[in-house]
Formats: sequence, C-alpha cells, structure tokens
Amino acid sequence: MKKVALTFSLLMLTIQLFAQQQGGSLSDDVYASGKIYVVVACVVLILLGLLMFLFTLDRRLKKMEKRNMENKSV
Amino acid sequence: MYKSWWKILASLLVIYSTVYGFLSKAPELPILHESIRNLYFHVPMWFGMIVLFSISVFYSVKFLSSGNPEDDLKAVESTNVGVIYGVLGLITGAVWAKFTWGQAWSFDVKQNFAAISILMYFAYLILRNAIDEEQKRAKIAAIYNIFAFPIMVVLLFVLPRLSDSLHPGNGGNPGFNAYDLDSRMRMIFYPACLGWILIGYWIYTLVYRLRSLEKKHA
Repeated sequence: MKKVALTFSLLMLTIQLFAQQQGGSLSDDVYASGKIYVVVACVVLILLGLLMFLFTLDRRLKKMEKRNMENKSV
Repeated sequence: MYKSWWKILASLLVIYSTVYGFLSKAPELPILHESIRNLYFHVPMWFGMIVLFSISVFYSVKFLSSGNPEDDLKAVESTNVGVIYGVLGLITGAVWAKFTWGQAWSFDVKQNFAAISILMYFAYLILRNAIDEEQKRAKIAAIYNIFAFPIMVVLLFVLPRLSDSLHPGNGGNPGFNAYDLDSRMRMIFYPACLGWILIGYWIYTLVYRLRSLEKKHA
C-alpha cells in the first residue's frame, strides 16, 4: 500500500510540473485561462484510480489462483 | 506476474495519451474544431473491440480443434470485454456526432452497422447462455462466433465504403489524412490505440481467470 501511495503522489507531482511548463503555448480560448489543467488532473486521477483498481484485482486473482494450485497439489 | 511489463506499459500509454490528448495542439479544422481530440478516445475503443473479437474467434477455432473447455471460456470472455468496448464506442460516437453532425444518431451507415454488429454479439452471448449442455453450448457458440466475425468485418469495413457516410474514409469521404492527422496527432493516436488495446486484453485476462476459477470451484 505504501508503494502504491508513493507512486501515486509522485505522479501527481509530475503532472503539476508538466502543467507549468506547457502553459502559454496554447492559444485557444478554452486553454487560455489554464483551467484545462484542472480537468486533465481530474481525468488522470480517475484513470489512475481505475488502473490501480485493475492492479489490485489482478493481485487478488493471483492469490486465489495460488491457493487453488496449492489445494490441488495437497 | 500480476505486474507484468505490458500492463504497466498499457497504463503509461493510456495516461500519456489522455494527458497529451487534452493538452497537445490540435489542428484547426472546420466543424470538428477541438472535438478532433475525440479521435484519441473514441477510435481506440473500436480498435480494442476488433482485437478482442479477433482473440475470441481465434479461441473459437482452437476450441473446435482441441475441445478444451478453457478455450471456450477464453472466447466468451474476450467477446464480453469486446462488447463493452463496442458499446463504449457507440456511446462516445453518439456524443461526438451530436455536437458535430447535429444529432446523436443520424443513421450514418457506419453507425447503423456498428450497432448491428454489437447486436450480433449480444445474440452470441444470449445464445450461449440459452444452452444448458456444456459441450453442445461451447460448440454451437464457437461456430456462431466464427460466422459472426467476418460479418462484423464486412459490416464495419466494407459496406460503409460503398454508400455515403459521415465517417472519414467511407463513402467517398477522405480518410484521416485529409483531417490533418499530422505527425503530432499520430504521436498520440497510435499510443492511445495500443494502450487501450492492451487494457482491453488485460481486462479480458482478468475476467477469464475469474471465470476459470469459478468453474473449478463450482
């Protein structure tokens, strides 16, 4: 869980860094205010959450498969 | 193995394409404007669906020659995930169409045929559930699937080209090139496709493994 939290927070950090470097190169109205980064941050958070969820599901399945194999060999 | 490299690659590609899909500079296009960014999200759903259905048909053929029930499970579960991708593709397409073509469902040939292909796969899933006897069910489902796949390909890639369609590359419409799928967009579009295909494959392996475990415990 610690590792997951760490990668999560580090990713958050990089998103912010990226957001500040890119600003200004986009001239469209929607992008001029810079608020698009808020949306991107939210979307990426949701995506990250779902991907993490997939990884947890994978791990739980792996555990079950292992137990299943052990039961079989006993 | 639950953290294999391709799962991490898939996550990174999807995140990369989402971030840059929003932030990169999109070519200035009439009518579409900024909505061209949907290309990075709507189209990968369809590519993912095709790949998942291909996996499904591969295992259906394999089942018919091997008779291994695991192959049947693989075929069904990849179809399940493929149908989810297809439904997402239809819905995102409808939303996009609403704001560029004026209505969510304009009875565009490709829209119609995509809906029909999805229905065809719904029929596959329902047909399969309707048969109780396991071997028979697997065999009939596999044969249906092998017939459904080429029909899906024809419906999505051949027939739309013969009549008027609003989709690029169909009915005399130019393909992506004319929509200025420049190198900038390619740099996002291809990773997005690969990423979403891998995510679809990953979800398929998860549901297949779950189903396989359930079967062993039943």
